[in-house]
Amino acid sequence: MRRYAIKRLAQAVGVLWAAYTVSFLVLDFLPGDPVTAMASAGMDSGTVDPAQLAALRHEYGFDKPILVQYADYLGRAVRGDFGDSVSTGRPVSSTLADALPQTLQLTGAALLLAVLLGGGLAVVATYTSRRWLRQLLLSLPPLGVSVPTFWVGLLLVESFSFRLHWFPAFGNDGLRGLVLPALTLAIPTGAQVAQVLAKSLLTALDQAYVETARAKGAGRWRVHLRHALRNASLPALTVVGLLVGQLIAGSVVVETVFSRDGLGRVTAAAVTAQDIPLVQGVVVFGALIFVLTNLLVDLVYPLLDPRIVVASGRKAVAV
Amino acid sequence: MSQGLVDDTAADAALGLARPVEPGPGSSGTARRVDARRVLRFVVRRPGLLLSVLVLVLVVLASFWPGLFTSRDPLAGVPSQNFRGPSGAHWFGTDELGRDVFSRVVHGAQLSLKATLIAVAVAFVVGSLIGLIAGFVGRWIDDVLMRFVDVLLSIPALFLSLALVTALGYGTVKVAVAVGIASVASFARVTRAEVLRVRQAVFVEASRSCGARWYSVLGRHVLPNAAGPVIVLATLDFGSSILAVSALSFLGYGAPPPAPEWGTLISDGRNYLANAWWLTALPGLAIAATVLATNRIARALDGEWSRQS
Repeated sequence: MRRYAIKRLAQAVGVLWAAYTVSFLVLDFLPGDPVTAMASAGMDSGTVDPAQLAALRHEYGFDKPILVQYADYLGRAVRGDFGDSVSTGRPVSSTLADALPQTLQLTGAALLLAVLLGGGLAVVATYTSRRWLRQLLLSLPPLGVSVPTFWVGLLLVESFSFRLHWFPAFGNDGLRGLVLPALTLAIPTGAQVAQVLAKSLLTALDQAYVETARAKGAGRWRVHLRHALRNASLPALTVVGLLVGQLIAGSVVVETVFSRDGLGRVTAAAVTAQDIPLVQGVVVFGALIFVLTNLLVDLVYPLLDPRIVVASGRKAVAV
Repeated sequence: MSQGLVDDTAADAALGLARPVEPGPGSSGTARRVDARRVLRFVVRRPGLLLSVLVLVLVVLASFWPGLFTSRDPLAGVPSQNFRGPSGAHWFGTDELGRDVFSRVVHGAQLSLKATLIAVAVAFVVGSLIGLIAGFVGRWIDDVLMRFVDVLLSIPALFLSLALVTALGYGTVKVAVAVGIASVASFARVTRAEVLRVRQAVFVEASRSCGARWYSVLGRHVLPNAAGPVIVLATLDFGSSILAVSALSFLGYGAPPPAPEWGTLISDGRNYLANAWWLTALPGLAIAATVLATNRIARALDGEWSRQS
């Protein structure tokens, strides 16, 4: 168990380091001089004082060789210091930490909704014996993955805020303000969960153990939920793990649509202001979320399928 | 939307479109030739698919010859006719400057489709090349390339695109490249898996033992047989690239204001959500219909075609 933990930790650190390096290469190495971008970010006129540029270069260490810069930055990043935001001057880490709770609320609610709606849809669609209902339900997920999130959000605002006045259109206030954004974010995710789960449920229902359970006299629901669903949920769980990062990233669009404060708004503002340290912090944070959710998913596998032994680090690939 | 079966989606593609090796070299001339009547029958029996093909043809036509669909200028407005709802004269209504929204959507197809094609091309070329080299060369090169791909996968696609936009700057082409690079990883994975699968096939071994050079093995046997799933992925990626490109242009990183890019149209209409629903709803419908159509076609390419009798 300990060897497994150490191995996973080393993997996680490796991914984070590599994500940091990729973001460093992309942001500091590509065309487009970061210092000119920073200096001109706040101004409307294109003219920037050369002396000021040189001072900025020196301040951020851009006059040093690229490898030295990289080592400097990496050394600080390891200690959790991603530098200061160029546009606000506040440390990147505390800017992200302040914005995070709102976004975690939003993505948490969206994840819950996505699993409930997507999972529920898949279970009902595979359970029902009414052909039209099954057809109808199974035609929804392809629709859900094809609609632009921001469009869905705006349509929801249009109908439920402006016409029916049920929910507020903007802002962060309370549970009522969370409903529409969470639903918007949940639709594409829920649709993908539904597609994967429905497919693996149909596969599971064809298996011999389902036949056995039926032969032993188990009721339809019992067979469906206790036997088929439990076995079919592994691929869906994998997909959920992969989708969490996508949910966090989706907050950029949803928080813009609903004018909510949070990580997504901070990210959008950072990109607009070409605030390189802040964008880099966001990218590494995204990779961190990915690593953490995958770790969590791996720990949940053995609960669903006792045949999977965590210590060996194996993942059973179902279906 | 009409077929009952569960479909394969991007999520599936990400997990790898694994399938057994078909016997025999499918690359020979006779097997490749497609019977036109069979195609026709296949499509006609599936009304959803037929509609999807029709939608895609219309979108492609609109992006090359917008004049076929509308004679109105997308940029010139008649201020006295602003905020007219959808009607016979203005199918999609008019916006705050009295510009015809339908004409803007039709002309916007060009920008959005161009961006999408660039995105798919970048992802396809770079991704398949990485996958091909990793799968065909193997050894440490495979390890290095695939670890790199893993890292790309660990960063959420939108964050990666946004980082690239920050570095490259704004504009349709830059947004397209940013979206394309963000989906390089899935192409690399699928291509590598396919190349590995085909490389072990008996007919590849046979051609090797006949003394064929590596490039002729690659070109004549491996590539044609590995191409299928990659092409399906490209079709799927076309849909998700439309969504990603329009999301970035919605956020304001696409073409500058007067240009009628689809995402930009919706973000413009957002300001008038309370009094002019058609400014957001109808351009969004164009995006949704296009994506739905390409996803449906991808599903038909992936399996339905070969499963039918």
